Amino acid sequence: MSNQLVIRNALPADLDAIISLDRTTPDADKPDYWRGIFEHYVVKGRADRIFLVAEKRGTVIGFIVGEVRAWEFGSPPCGWVFALAVSPDAREHGTGKRMWDEICRRLKKTGVTTVRTMANLDQKLTLSFLRAMGLRTGRYIELEKQLD
Amino acid sequence: MKLNKASLLGLIAVLELADDPEQQLSTTDIAEKYDISTHHLAKVMRNLVHKGVVQAMRGVGGGYRFAGNPNRTTLLDIIQLFETMESELDLPHWSKAADPIISELQSITNEIDDVTKAILETITLSAALKNMHLRSEATKNNGASS
Repeated sequence: MSNQLVIRNALPADLDAIISLDRTTPDADKPDYWRGIFEHYVVKGRADRIFLVAEKRGTVIGFIVGEVRAWEFGSPPCGWVFALAVSPDAREHGTGKRMWDEICRRLKKTGVTTVRTMANLDQKLTLSFLRAMGLRTGRYIELEKQLD
Repeated sequence: MKLNKASLLGLIAVLELADDPEQQLSTTDIAEKYDISTHHLAKVMRNLVHKGVVQAMRGVGGGYRFAGNPNRTTLLDIIQLFETMESELDLPHWSKAADPIISELQSITNEIDDVTKAILETITLSAALKNMHLRSEATKNNGASS
């Protein structure tokens, strides 16, 4: 069992660890959501669908998920990262950066030249991390409206 | 967004000092390097010391030193020492007929302020310094290759 941080493809056996890492409050489990994501990104793996985990001493301490999407909102093919988490105990040791660099490397290999993501304005920690990774406000603006 | 002069001088001083937390610089050192008013900068430095962002070192070779954590201090933290970052409609008086227009404009400026603050609140001094160095490096390389 390595003491080194390893960034590897997620395996079906990682499902419970991912659900646990994603749990922000006791009633916030989303098992059905993650089962669906695993089916799509892990079981039916493709080069342009990427689900990576960070593992240390045999324990999954982080994950990142992304894919290449084309022509959504009129955008040419680009990488999207739509999930990222690092265990609170394992933060500030470069785990997020290692995962981010690896997913960007793999996205670039598919031929895309841009990576995008979204984060809630209240998620200051996530936004600061993404800024530190070099992301800036992009050319697309997210708009929303409460439905009466 | 228009930063006021004190915010701008505060950011310049803090970024300069945070770039090397071991260095001690006087107001004159910073003012001369950036060609800014020593008088204005002195007032800004007093505020930064008062808020604990920088530390005043006494004695020979004294000066100011960055006293915070560059990974935790954001651009908004510094700016809000000097201004509120709330847009104001420059219309001191208006008739009741203008209320709907003013309300709509205030709602829009609030939306803009929220986004502006969210951006400034998530850029740490470390991230800003890293970008500055990358940009300087790129400029230098472009200059060398042309």
